[in-house]
Amino acid sequence: MNALTTTTKPNPMQTFLWLLKREYWEHRGGFFWAPLIAGGVVIAIALLSLIVAETTAARHGIQLGGMNLDTIAHNMTAEQVAQFNSGLTVGLMGLSIPIMITLAFVVFFYLLGALYDDRRDRSVLFWKSLPISDLDTVLSKVVAAVLLAPLLAIAATIVLHLAFLVLISGYAGLHQVNPLPLLWNPAQLVSLWLKLILLIPVNAVWALPTVGWLLLCSAFARSKPFLWAVAVPVALGAIMGFTHLLQQLSIPSAWYWKNIVGRILFGVVPGGWFDIGGNGAFSTLTNGDNVNIALDRFGLVNSLLSWNRILGALASPDLWIGAAAGAGLIVAAIWFRRRRVETSV
Amino acid sequence: MNDVSATTTHIVRARGLAKRYGATVALDHVDFDIAAGRIVGLIGPNGAGKTTALKAILGLTEFEGELSVLGLDPRTQRTELMQQVCFIADVAVLPRWLRVSEAVDFVAGVHPRFSREKCLAFLARTKLQPTQRVRELSKGMIVQLHLALVMAIDARLLVLDEPTLGLDILYRKEFYQSLLNDYFDEEKTILVTTHQVEEIEHILTDLIFIKDGKLIVNASMEEIGERYAEVMVGPDKVEAARALKPLNERGIFGKTVFLFDGVPQAQLAQLGELHKPSVADLFVATMKGTYA
Repeated sequence: MNALTTTTKPNPMQTFLWLLKREYWEHRGGFFWAPLIAGGVVIAIALLSLIVAETTAARHGIQLGGMNLDTIAHNMTAEQVAQFNSGLTVGLMGLSIPIMITLAFVVFFYLLGALYDDRRDRSVLFWKSLPISDLDTVLSKVVAAVLLAPLLAIAATIVLHLAFLVLISGYAGLHQVNPLPLLWNPAQLVSLWLKLILLIPVNAVWALPTVGWLLLCSAFARSKPFLWAVAVPVALGAIMGFTHLLQQLSIPSAWYWKNIVGRILFGVVPGGWFDIGGNGAFSTLTNGDNVNIALDRFGLVNSLLSWNRILGALASPDLWIGAAAGAGLIVAAIWFRRRRVETSV
Repeated sequence: MNDVSATTTHIVRARGLAKRYGATVALDHVDFDIAAGRIVGLIGPNGAGKTTALKAILGLTEFEGELSVLGLDPRTQRTELMQQVCFIADVAVLPRWLRVSEAVDFVAGVHPRFSREKCLAFLARTKLQPTQRVRELSKGMIVQLHLALVMAIDARLLVLDEPTLGLDILYRKEFYQSLLNDYFDEEKTILVTTHQVEEIEHILTDLIFIKDGKLIVNASMEEIGERYAEVMVGPDKVEAARALKPLNERGIFGKTVFLFDGVPQAQLAQLGELHKPSVADLFVATMKGTYA
């Protein structure tokens, strides 16, 4: 029997799914557990706050309850309902910030190690003994970073939102308040979650320069990829600062730090693009004197997540110039993955 | 174009294969062929270029010269090549976080020539448990797992780079026995490097000695048996033996053992008792002065 005639082409899609599964197996802790734990911490803090509130209230003889949220809801004007919904969305979004920060850290260090750790422990020799191209290997790490990890973080966010609402409802129920009409608005929740999911591709395109740069350092470094990733852009900036090179080109040095260093190191922070190509709503929110101002701006958060805002970001050249640069860096990472097998030689 | 075996009789064909790391020459324009159905031992001292040669064959390093493996260019056709070539590079290169079951699932998922049934049958003979992680396994068990994965792949060339380094003798024996009994056949070719020459000498069909990036010996075991001979010579015939320019001599129990290359065996028989030299003795004799 001629062995070669029985060669079957492996299904490329299937191979890619296995590669993603591989990434998940290796990084279950970061991708799956870390966001859940971050959400758990938020819930624990919320629970503690409620307990403290409850005991303080009891100690001072303050009597809560007797309120009827139902009646309140009925008495609210349409504008007030919208404000409340808007506030609830802000609150739920705010709750998810610890998860998103965790995601950013996890993805940052995942990418730094993605093409380095297996070279250091030499298990790269096992992966390279299988019929998988370096292109697929590197792309699977890109997809794990910009798709798989964020999806799992959003799943954890959904769990957190539900747990939080259950907690608040339980608290309300404890005081004979019916939480259902105002807090449990499935359409609003689902639309919030859908928007979070729809933001993944935008975040992904925005993150490409960082993804590419970290993968390149990971594939290139013979040791200490973190140092390469951080020290090179910072040293470059410092040198240009000393020599006033940028000023001579009439480029403010802030431009370099924001558009180069910021984009290649902090692009994995979800929503980093909020501030570009739009009407500065994000700055309005952050510069607002207090949350009430933000809440007073009717549907501000919804506008933050509106199609207009997303399309505004997508129409911004900043996003796409960065994405092209990121793609170039990824190609360079693939090139090094092909040639630099071990860290020693 | 896939029908490589019709156009090439050799599994590996190298012409002028060269590689240098800075000033160090790892491979110095070597030529060699490896035919199908052979078990080739690539033997050499540390730093002789063995691993470089293997890496070139596996497409893991750049090189100069011509090299074709199964009719493919390892530099540009690596992914196709890896469907037909397996390798165990050193011991314990399996990722430490991987579970036994995940390893089987993954290779089954990505390798079109992998047989899960075969692999599970091999694993059933070991103490490995599906849920165990590689980091929980002993070195010997890791090699058992790697071997089970590799033997379940219907590949044409298996490359082994020091596969039993650091294993105890039980694991070492079992390793080569499994390879011979359950894996090797005339369709398959094995290329192996090791320092434990004496353990693989009986399974080799071909021998390549490499020293300072050059091939010193490249012959089948039959040719080696015809070409090299050891004679145990009494004190009276030592001078006569030395006149025939032996490769090496060593004293043993008041007699002297000479190793000859290419001297007719009939002539040697007159000097004393003839032996077939062990590969280890041959190796020591041909590598004289390597580290001096």
